[in-house]
Amino acid sequence: MTELNKLGLADARDALRKGETTSKELTEACLKAIEGAGALNAFVHHTPELAMERAAAADERLKGSEEAPAMCGLPIGIKDLFCTKGVPSQAASRILEGFKPEYESTVSQNLQDAGAVMLGKLNMDEFAMGSSNETSTYGNAINPWRRGNEDTALTPGGSSGGSAAAVAADLCLAATGTDTGGSIRQPAAFTGTVGIKPTYGRCSRWGVVAFASSLDQAGPMTKSVRDAAIMLEAMSSFDPKDSTSADLAVPNFEAALTGDIRGKKIGIPKEYRMDGMPDEIATLWADGAAMLKDAGAEIVDISLPHTKYALPAYYVIAPAEASSNLARYDGVRYGHRAKLDAGDGITEMYEKTRAEGFGPEVQRRVMIGTYVLSAGFYDAYYNRARRVRALIKKDFDDVFAAGIDSILTPATPSAAFGLGEMTDADPIKMYLNDVFTVTVNLAGLPGIAVPTGTNSQGLPMSLQLIGRPWEEGDLLSSAYALEKAAGFVAKPQKWW
Amino acid sequence: MSIDESTAARVAKLARIKVEPEALPALAQEFNTILGFIEQLGEVDIEGVEPMTSVTPQNLRRRADVVADGDQQAAILKNAPDAREGFFAVPKVVE
Repeated sequence: MTELNKLGLADARDALRKGETTSKELTEACLKAIEGAGALNAFVHHTPELAMERAAAADERLKGSEEAPAMCGLPIGIKDLFCTKGVPSQAASRILEGFKPEYESTVSQNLQDAGAVMLGKLNMDEFAMGSSNETSTYGNAINPWRRGNEDTALTPGGSSGGSAAAVAADLCLAATGTDTGGSIRQPAAFTGTVGIKPTYGRCSRWGVVAFASSLDQAGPMTKSVRDAAIMLEAMSSFDPKDSTSADLAVPNFEAALTGDIRGKKIGIPKEYRMDGMPDEIATLWADGAAMLKDAGAEIVDISLPHTKYALPAYYVIAPAEASSNLARYDGVRYGHRAKLDAGDGITEMYEKTRAEGFGPEVQRRVMIGTYVLSAGFYDAYYNRARRVRALIKKDFDDVFAAGIDSILTPATPSAAFGLGEMTDADPIKMYLNDVFTVTVNLAGLPGIAVPTGTNSQGLPMSLQLIGRPWEEGDLLSSAYALEKAAGFVAKPQKWW
Repeated sequence: MSIDESTAARVAKLARIKVEPEALPALAQEFNTILGFIEQLGEVDIEGVEPMTSVTPQNLRRRADVVADGDQQAAILKNAPDAREGFFAVPKVVE
């Protein structure tokens, strides 16, 4: 058998059910891989004892029952944004230093209830604000992929950079991510892994540190589309503790993976053909459309006219919500409190605590959010952005009403870039990473990144499929067809 | 719309983030870059469009107005930087 940590969820599940391995063996293999991968800085809080305990419990459960859930005994990583009881959960921020929640997020609880084994917490951008994992208080996570024979350290993307690096480097079988503007799909694309952001409301936000509540969604990051289907089902639930959680039954997503897309209408939005799009991305996109056509789908040119305004609308709405959500970090209830000077009052305590606790990108976004919500600017910025958001959603509603089943786009404007390469650029340049993904958050739709090729330097590149709301099963099936046709099997050469 | 240093200082104050005076020019410039990017929204015809309040067509659920949880003082105070006698402790607020 191949090294156990290299298995995906489906294969490991099948091996467990056949009695060919145990959860303990799988977990040990992953813990060993994690131990040897310090250079990737993917896992930032390690919970080996807890993992072995849960693995032992899972093995008992697997022995006793033919009907153990699919995730039972499978070792996974959890993004640091999820609150995990008794285990540090600090959203990669200094301001939550030392915070050990007294509760468990619904998503990680669902996974735990299904018998999944948490190996530890994964690196990310601070408060999920970033596209390169460079804003983390833990330092950069490193992409296991490299350009040809160069040793330049590349970003695994962000904000779920640690999750992406860990899955790509086989440190775990899969990982949780969260996606506010592209934070699952962009890192998945930068690491040759699969990442799906489900429909807004499919996964509970309860216990997930909030960034922009109307956009945040959790989702799985995995080694295959089948694995994504398995794990998404385990993560999803109706949760009365999240007022925007959808009271809908969770379908069997794996059963939906027929890969039969004959007669499906796949839209190609002309507005995604950006000026200056690199040839390799344009070719990847055309090739993907050809693959889906060969598999029997009908390729249809469509228009999503407000696409251009998605990023600017996002950079009003997300910071506005963040400034409100992050108001809770005041040095009173949890996390960091600044050392105060004699005579300092409560305002100084807030101001010093937040200046010390938040990194520069988080401070920037909180202040932008404060500005666009402030008296006199609320209508001009915030309300205008919400009206543009309604138009962006209507663009999608219109094409779906016209019979389009899913939409094919590039996942990112480039392959993974070097760490530090964007440092001197203005923030907008970094924000452009999300240009193809952010529309999906604004419209609340499901979107999945699937690796379909490599560039001239051997780096993975992905396409994105966007689906109708609540039809993740159908979307996953189309993604499965694309995955089969593309036959992407490349893995990073181990250097760490 | 251009943001000057005094506006940047006011925003930092509203956000309760201490910004040293020497950092204000760079901060104001960053704000201007980002707001310049956001200005594009002015091109969009939004006449008659309602601001989005919920991305999925749903009404917020209501629950019965009863105590559903509580008695967790120790758990709530567990992570406090300064907790005393069952309370969060902060610097003096009232003179």
